[in-house]
Amino acid sequence: MFEKRIIPVLLCDKMDSLVKTTKFKDPVYVGDPVNAVKIFNEKEVDELIFLDISATREKRGPNLTYIEEIATECFMPLCYGGGIRTLQDIINVIKTGVEKVAINTAIATEPDLIKRAAEQFGSSTIVASIDVKKDLFGSYHVHVECGKRSVKMNPVDYAKKVAADGAGEIMLNSIDRDGTMGGFDLKLIEMVANAVDIPVIACGGAGKPDDFKEAFTKGASAAAAGAMFVFTGKHRAVLINYLSKQDFAYINA
Amino acid sequence: MITIVNYGMGNLGSIANMLRRIGHDSIITSDPAKIAEATKIILPGVGAFDTGMQSLHDMGLIDILNKKIIEEKVPVLGICLGMQLMTDGSDEGQLQGLGWIKGRFAKFVFGEGLQQYKVPHMGWNQLQIAKPSRLLEGYEETPRFYFVHSYYFKPETNDDILAKTNYGIEYTSAFEHENIVGVQFHPEKSHKYGMNLLKNFAEKY
Repeated sequence: MFEKRIIPVLLCDKMDSLVKTTKFKDPVYVGDPVNAVKIFNEKEVDELIFLDISATREKRGPNLTYIEEIATECFMPLCYGGGIRTLQDIINVIKTGVEKVAINTAIATEPDLIKRAAEQFGSSTIVASIDVKKDLFGSYHVHVECGKRSVKMNPVDYAKKVAADGAGEIMLNSIDRDGTMGGFDLKLIEMVANAVDIPVIACGGAGKPDDFKEAFTKGASAAAAGAMFVFTGKHRAVLINYLSKQDFAYINA
Repeated sequence: MITIVNYGMGNLGSIANMLRRIGHDSIITSDPAKIAEATKIILPGVGAFDTGMQSLHDMGLIDILNKKIIEEKVPVLGICLGMQLMTDGSDEGQLQGLGWIKGRFAKFVFGEGLQQYKVPHMGWNQLQIAKPSRLLEGYEETPRFYFVHSYYFKPETNDDILAKTNYGIEYTSAFEHENIVGVQFHPEKSHKYGMNLLKNFAEKY
């Protein structure tokens, strides 16, 4: 049976510390990234997304030494994002043992990057990461630079463009739901998943197994979670965790 | 020595990483002289069919591969695109495949009622074992693997089918013919299921 993927997302600040944000702000330290990857490896997670959220801010490329350390520990598919601006960045990251590379800010700043990257590396290697924020009137807008800058486009048109350019997947992040564990933005998932043929990874807001189930009914091909897999309990104590086999059976039922 | 053929297509480090984890050394090379010494060959790869065949041509690897596989009968494992290149060809491209296994690849096309199946087939799926093999022995539960592909194999004969997978349709996800084995999925990215498969290839072939 084909199973929908459920993917932990790890955020790294300055590469050596694992953090979790809320609405893309207030990073809380949650531990050592390599150690977290080892735990997720033992838990046999479906896939892992690893994002360096300080790379673009610090105007630097990916930290290859560190990515290699993480990739060597990963016996599941690994997607890296953060500071990817050129084809050479992508080549360098793939060489470390990473399967997929997420592009976010550079979609806006280097308009032909996705197309060229998909031609060179194959679509399945290229993930378009799209951060979306709702304005006061309830309209959705795409943001780049870790949510700081609006590109004045709606997510549906933006998603159609990256799909036409050859992206293999879309990672769709709701900035408003990030870290809240209050459920995905289902309306956003439905809009985007209906607009494109490529898989959409829903991200932002997961807090319980039912949230994944709902995201899948709205057309998501995979769902990602950060806070849910690094925190436990009301007071958000740090504990690296993943779904049980029973949870999976329930979600896929 | 297990020799991983580097013809410029995709991520080879992860195969070497997993082999190392299960206690087997390997080398990654595009040098025909080194491939000539191989006792086992892994033909990996991610990407488009024609790009892959063209790279094998351009890097001068076709003759040495044919010699090792067809004449010397050295065991070879094709993974993903590597498996595809072992066959006659694919609807994805114009170029002839290596032709070691009879059959071609066709694109997943899902019509009315099957639109929930997106292309590529990307994610974890199960194998239904079609016949006993050294490659797929030792699993206590139904083995599951990570897949990423848009084209599926249509063999000319059913004799070589090791396992099938269901994604909207049932198709051949692993084959074996004499010293040649091919898998559509990625053992190197499939946790203990992949480790068992690579261990079988390293130790039982």
